Amino acid sequence: MFPRLHFAVCFTAVLGPTLVHTLCPDTADGYKVRLSIKTALGDDAYKWDESEMFLFRATLAFAMRKYNQKPYEVSDVLVCNETQRVSFWFVVTDPENTSELISGKDVERAVRISRNRINNAFLLTDETLEFLNIPPTLAVPAESGTPPWLIVFGVVIGVVGVGIIALLISSFIQKRRKKGVTEGEEEDCEEEACDKGNGVSHPVEEGADGVNRGFVGDIPFTKL
Amino acid sequence: IVTGEERAKWDNKIQYLLTCIGFAVGLGNVWRFPYLCQTYGGGAFLIPYLIALVFEGLPLLYLELAIGQKLRKGSIGVWNTISPYLGGVGVASMIVSFLVSLFYNTLLAWVLWYFFHSFEEPLPWKECPFESLNKDYTPVNYFWYRKTLNITANIETNGPLQWQIILCLATAWAIVYICFIRGIETIGKAVYITATFPYLVLTIFLIRALTLPGATSGLMYLFTPEWETLKNPKVWLDAATQIFFSLSLAFGGLIAFSSYNPPKNNCEMDALLVGCINSATSLYASIPIFSILGFKAHSDSNNCQYRNILALTNEFDIGDQNITLENYDNWLKDLNGTYADRVARLDLKDCNIESFLEQSASGTGLAFIVFTEAVIEMPGSQVWAVLFFIMLFSLGLSSMFGNLEGVLTPLLDLNMVPKWMPKELFTGLLCVVSFTVALIFTMGSGNYWLEIFNSYVGSVPLLVIAFFEIIAVAYIYGIRRFSCDIEEMTGSKPNIFWQACWTVVSPLMLLVVFVAYVVIQAMEHPTYPAWNPEYVDFPMTEDQPYPDWVFAICVLLSTLPCIPIPIVALYKFIQFTVQKSRREHPGQNPYENDEAKELNVFKLIQC
Repeated sequence: MFPRLHFAVCFTAVLGPTLVHTLCPDTADGYKVRLSIKTALGDDAYKWDESEMFLFRATLAFAMRKYNQKPYEVSDVLVCNETQRVSFWFVVTDPENTSELISGKDVERAVRISRNRINNAFLLTDETLEFLNIPPTLAVPAESGTPPWLIVFGVVIGVVGVGIIALLISSFIQKRRKKGVTEGEEEDCEEEACDKGNGVSHPVEEGADGVNRGFVGDIPFTKL
Repeated sequence: IVTGEERAKWDNKIQYLLTCIGFAVGLGNVWRFPYLCQTYGGGAFLIPYLIALVFEGLPLLYLELAIGQKLRKGSIGVWNTISPYLGGVGVASMIVSFLVSLFYNTLLAWVLWYFFHSFEEPLPWKECPFESLNKDYTPVNYFWYRKTLNITANIETNGPLQWQIILCLATAWAIVYICFIRGIETIGKAVYITATFPYLVLTIFLIRALTLPGATSGLMYLFTPEWETLKNPKVWLDAATQIFFSLSLAFGGLIAFSSYNPPKNNCEMDALLVGCINSATSLYASIPIFSILGFKAHSDSNNCQYRNILALTNEFDIGDQNITLENYDNWLKDLNGTYADRVARLDLKDCNIESFLEQSASGTGLAFIVFTEAVIEMPGSQVWAVLFFIMLFSLGLSSMFGNLEGVLTPLLDLNMVPKWMPKELFTGLLCVVSFTVALIFTMGSGNYWLEIFNSYVGSVPLLVIAFFEIIAVAYIYGIRRFSCDIEEMTGSKPNIFWQACWTVVSPLMLLVVFVAYVVIQAMEHPTYPAWNPEYVDFPMTEDQPYPDWVFAICVLLSTLPCIPIPIVALYKFIQFTVQKSRREHPGQNPYENDEAKELNVFKLIQC
């Protein structure tokens, strides 16, 4: 039910139709391009029409010029097999000899060098403007000096360290103060267990019969 | 009567309650309970869970709080007081608390690692770095297994110590130390924040999560009850063990905390409060967790659909965005009708949301893989990541307090601390020793060892200890005497329900759970999931069996904490018989007189 729309749209001013069909698509030296305009721009998507195609060919000619400084023209970029997707094939002819194609490798290098400019001309990205078999060039990873996590770590451990030192100093001062006040009571402290602040077992009191009074003594106090 | 120095005490009741709640409410409430709910038929799981809470969890909780409050000692002191033969139970509790605190704080170290990285833009687990492109892992898996753990392919390969985790571990222990430095004096202040903050974050997450698309499918999936699962005995077993470990029973920490209470304190109300709040927190936490998991499943399902759509669009050169989520099925039918072979070659995936919802995860998998992936998709990822990891850290920290108190209080009660050593130094020493031993978990194979500790230390020994605890109080101390003590402390005797549970129901349940657990473990040679890049199905984990020497260590870890129980009993018995043979010096035989007096005293109980 979905007829495969097949537009053999190949613009050329100089060459006759027969030559176009032979040159494009040349799978050795040609590349398939795929655009996903609606995915990239949503509601702001522009319609793909002849003017956009002209811009594409012009941009590609620009990229080729940047690559090897030959005087490429829009007419040197041949496009064919355009579909509704939007996708099409293109080949580039040599400006000095229009029946010769520029090799695939050169086209690839040219595209890679100017990829950013090509993308921006169409407000697209590497994912939405695809040149099949030409991998995108990744940006150089930003070399950061200190990994950010070490900074957070440093802050946390610094705060904690300062806190620990503060607590230790404060308890040291407290003990000093207590020692000064309770010098007379030191003897008591040694016989019975001192307050360690976190619990201490009840010292065992033994009566004459050797019974552990600390335990038994509670019984008479149990209420009925 | 002793007039000596007072035992330390809580500043107020709120501190005590918050500390107990903080101890009980831990990582398991957030990352184990929701998983169990999901695996065992959603809403239906609540039935065995609540039954286990009422008949096993609450009685044991009440018992521990009451006995600690009455005898005013840590775990070793309490069981020693009830009977010298039972001192081993306290030692067992102490050993388990120590072993658990080792690996538990390592979990917190990993949480800290993720927390430190949550400030980066973009989040480091969002994209694979350059060195790992063209491999099979997802960015979250790569960040967890390679950058965080640098995990080795199996447990036998140790791998080097990971310096980045050592730094995080040191930070975790430093934070624990600063809160724990003076025992309950500092813990009591710290819990105002660590016990309450998680609730704040959970509420924020709840509000956010409920507004995410796909949240309702996650919640419906979680709570739709499947009554069939109740026929599976494993469900009941898991419910019983979950309640048990969730309430942090048998660690000795609860006994330690309640030993600092004033003698007249209503511990029945405390036990009910702590137990119910713990279960309520589990339920409360599972709502945002599952909303977010539902959102993630929805998001994954959509991404899967988009990939299918793109494949079709590119293959047939259909207009961009002509195929949408809504009309995808129609397009597929048409294309399949005309170009079936080309469609088949595309290898389109099945994207229905159920298959994504079924991918359940618990424990570290939930927090560090599933949740981190979900957070990437949420707008404002850094904020949510930071909040989530602070919450996890807070939950774990308050549980660590209980674990360490279970070690510190018995040592202090036994006067094992030299008099010249200030408490700050002793707690510091404890933290340094624990940190050093825990360095094993920072090796390449650390995660495998942590799982072993988690499964073998935090399971069977606790059941054994709890069983002995309840037998000791119900039969050796005597239920009548215990009831009198409770009347003295709370003003009324425990009612028939509690007495029935302590004497019959709970010990029976514990015995059944213990036997079932051991039988199920023994039935199969245990395996572990290994992250092996050489594996055929990588990045799926490979199920490897434990080598024999590792399995021996597992058995050792299960039995080592339990060994003190018979050993101490035997030791005291030998001491007793040796001294009994010296009858010519009756005055120097405290045990015999003590026991005679105790037996007489038992008969005197009338209240």
